[in-house]
Amino acid sequence: MKRKIRVLVAKPGLDGHDRGAKVVARALRDAGFEVIYTGIRQTPAMIAEAALQEDVDVVGLSILSGAHMVLAPKVKQALNEQGMDDVLILLGGIIPDEDVPTLQAMGIKGVFGPGTPTPQIVKFILQELAEPVT
Amino acid sequence: MPLFNEEQQNQLRQERSRWENTTLAKTLAHKPERQSQFITTSSVPVRRLYTPLDIADSDYRRDLGMPGEYPYTRGVHSTMYRGKLWTMRMFAGFGTAEETNQRYKYLLSQGNMGLSVAFDMPTLYGYDSDAPEALGEFGKCGVAVSSLADMETLFDGIPMGEVSTSMTINSPAAILWAMYIVAAEKQGFPRQQQRGTIQNDILKEYIAQKEFLFPPTPSMRLVTDTIEFGAREMPQWNTISISGYHIREAGATAVQELAFTLADGFAYVEAALERGLDIDEFAPRLSFFFNAHNDLFEEIAKFRAARRIWARAMREKYAAKNPRSWLLRTHAQTAGVSLTTHQPENNIVRVAIQALAAILGGTQSLHTNSMDEALALPSEKAVTIALRTQQILAHESGVANTIDPLAGSYYVEQFTNQMEEAANDIFRRIAGFGGVIPAIEAGFFQREIADAAYQYQMEIDTHQRTIVGSNDYVDDEPIAIPLLKMDPAGYDRQIARLQRVRAERDHSAVQKALADLSNCARGTDNLMPPIIAAVRAYATLGEITNVFRHVFGEYHEPAYF
Repeated sequence: MKRKIRVLVAKPGLDGHDRGAKVVARALRDAGFEVIYTGIRQTPAMIAEAALQEDVDVVGLSILSGAHMVLAPKVKQALNEQGMDDVLILLGGIIPDEDVPTLQAMGIKGVFGPGTPTPQIVKFILQELAEPVT
Repeated sequence: MPLFNEEQQNQLRQERSRWENTTLAKTLAHKPERQSQFITTSSVPVRRLYTPLDIADSDYRRDLGMPGEYPYTRGVHSTMYRGKLWTMRMFAGFGTAEETNQRYKYLLSQGNMGLSVAFDMPTLYGYDSDAPEALGEFGKCGVAVSSLADMETLFDGIPMGEVSTSMTINSPAAILWAMYIVAAEKQGFPRQQQRGTIQNDILKEYIAQKEFLFPPTPSMRLVTDTIEFGAREMPQWNTISISGYHIREAGATAVQELAFTLADGFAYVEAALERGLDIDEFAPRLSFFFNAHNDLFEEIAKFRAARRIWARAMREKYAAKNPRSWLLRTHAQTAGVSLTTHQPENNIVRVAIQALAAILGGTQSLHTNSMDEALALPSEKAVTIALRTQQILAHESGVANTIDPLAGSYYVEQFTNQMEEAANDIFRRIAGFGGVIPAIEAGFFQREIADAAYQYQMEIDTHQRTIVGSNDYVDDEPIAIPLLKMDPAGYDRQIARLQRVRAERDHSAVQKALADLSNCARGTDNLMPPIIAAVRAYATLGEITNVFRHVFGEYHEPAYF
């Protein structure tokens, strides 16, 4: 039997706006994923460590403070350092359109702004992980 | 003074049945209503029609009263906006103190009546701009203020004894307040002359906004110290702004916002009473801050119920004698969470409706969000439209011409009563935990808010709730509004100023001030005097906060979702 898709929802930086992270975490859980929520004020190293410990397929970052261009690549780098180059990284929050191509080029595959319906995030994850998860 | 006598009620009851069985039945038979149920923004069911029967138990004198009189349902002033418009107070801050200083001068030149400081994330968490924890966050959500030098720059050329200033700062509120006090004194304005507000509401940080630093007990001591200091030295300063805004933004319903906020208010009152202060010594300086969301009538009812509940509790439960202690004076801000990224121009309309709700609710001051705030910090153009929205409401709409114009609306009065009852139920649940702090520690508020936020999102995802331009009436037009660009050299300038401050100050004076502060923190004396001394010596925000982190410890919350 295929194991459940495992998702780490994390809030890097100082930003305490956790409404979106929690709503998405619950929506992913209700969609049948295994969800781990780190809570707020996580450093990139803490997030990568949690991703490794929990052996996740997806890391979803939530940043509403505007610090995403600094923090998201640092998380990607920390994940790479843990050997998790292939984990799917998503980012939600207040992200200006013009930042999206840069973020995607850095390996942040999905960027979701305010107003994203949660089924769209579920669909994106399922599509991206369409290769059977072992 | 019942609003309707028995005979009138009986007649109306008959009249309503007749209508239901004839006119209404006929219509529904061939044209059902659009939805099986109608709900507010907070998912409260709304009836088809409200009549005097829905407020038959109300008593004019007991429940409404006259404006400027107990229980203040109709407003805190006897002339309301006929005497003085609400204060148009735009919340602003970004990048360096220089950039934000320019924005303040611009806003004041455009008719903004009071200042409101937005600090950046590191400042909100008590970190200096060059702390490792501040990585990437400098100036993003507000202005960076790491020392008295930044505060002096922020208000350069703005007379601090003439303008009133609100500062959204919580865990390190006492420190930023001390910087303001000293900067204003250096401009030549004594403490008695300084007017403003510090948010200083730590309970809602644990509940919703999450910018807590220390555990609840020392945090409440810091709050109580500021309340005590304010009562003695700062007669025109609101030492706390008990805030529902962030609770609502985090996902609470209107009634949860109302009840959680007032419960926090009672907790601060009880802490100050326990300190030995007299209720009338400090209660007149307590102020509030509520959200103004989309649902016009629900919001209006919330503001009216808030005043009545507070007045009743302050007079009856806490035995305040001074009518000023009974007043719930409030600031309001339109709902940031309601803004959409798509078709951002539509947000101008949302903000106008929300601002109207706050005004019809009787707010004392108001911030209107800018249309671009789901994308970035506001541009000058966007903030000007937001301010103009208030000016149009004030001068063109006619809503400021008479007091509490929706009083007597069967719907609004019924909703006001319902809000009060529902809030009282929540107070009982909180009391069941043993009070606000035990309820925080049990995760009560956090879970209630997460549940409400999730329900709201599910209503949107399943199209039970329409958000124009977001889940319906969608188009693919690219976003075409210019966004704020910050000075890329700002960070370097800020770090240079911080390093200059550290290099040029009297080091032994700083060390002594920090040692005195540490001793005071270990004891029970009021912390404001040693904080002011440390600030005056140009000890930085990070240095002062570190003293507290060391003595008080840090708080970590269990994460619920």
